[in-house]
Amino acid sequence: MVTRKMMGFPSMGWPLSFDEMERMARQMNWLTSGILGKSGVPTFSAKVFPAINISEDTGKYYVRTELPGIKADAIKLEIIGRSLTLSGERKIHSEGENARYHRKEREAGRFSRVISLPGDVETDSVEAKLVNGLLTVAIAKAEAAKPKQVTVL
Amino acid sequence: MTASKELQAREKQELATSAEQTRPGLVFTPEVDIFEEDREITLLADMPGVAANDISIDLQDGVLTLTGDVKPWKEAEECDVLIEFEIGKYYRQFTLSDAINQDKINAKLEDGVLRLTLPKAQKAVPRQITVTSG
Repeated sequence: MVTRKMMGFPSMGWPLSFDEMERMARQMNWLTSGILGKSGVPTFSAKVFPAINISEDTGKYYVRTELPGIKADAIKLEIIGRSLTLSGERKIHSEGENARYHRKEREAGRFSRVISLPGDVETDSVEAKLVNGLLTVAIAKAEAAKPKQVTVL
Repeated sequence: MTASKELQAREKQELATSAEQTRPGLVFTPEVDIFEEDREITLLADMPGVAANDISIDLQDGVLTLTGDVKPWKEAEECDVLIEFEIGKYYRQFTLSDAINQDKINAKLEDGVLRLTLPKAQKAVPRQITVTSG
């Protein structure tokens, strides 16, 4: 990253940490990809609930999303080829007739989203777990999508 | 009625003032429902990714402060492919108009939603006053 190279001068006393710089760069990308309509950067918002983050290591892809107040059995996950479909419904129970609301910001409703994974996956080995309203789906990469070491002769 | 509605994607609300921040990292405002019944006030806050022991609730001089720390979820060797939302801690303050019985505050975390029950102190419970005509 270009920004990192600028950091070679501690005397400049740059007030931001790497994390913050990366985040700023991401926000810039959001802006420019919105204006220029290019998606060469791995950041955008699909404007579909829920927002997702995808990361990878050598063997797996990880899809994470925040689903507070949704029970595990109200979430449906389906995988066909490279497409992961996440759907479900968030319910907010009525709190009785006597409840007088000061604030009501939380929303209930259905959701459905198709996520295109960046590479081929083993559809048989998908693990999903929901902890504290955070869903993590780990999908094993197909052999072809795993990085290979090439020896130079 | 509301159950059949399609959920809309909403961007997480970043805390506007960062003046009181002493640690790096992002701070978000959790979405809340607050409702009042005769004897108690209930607060529901969406705090996904926060473990029960990382939540702190503080009530002082009628100001309720809610903080939730999020531990990084990613493993060290993972690298990002796509980022649509950021993570960070949750912080929100509320002013309570009624006196609260501090000893009986009850907090429960379920599926990333905090449910806080604040029982009103005896003097704040509404009493029926009968008017007698003389």
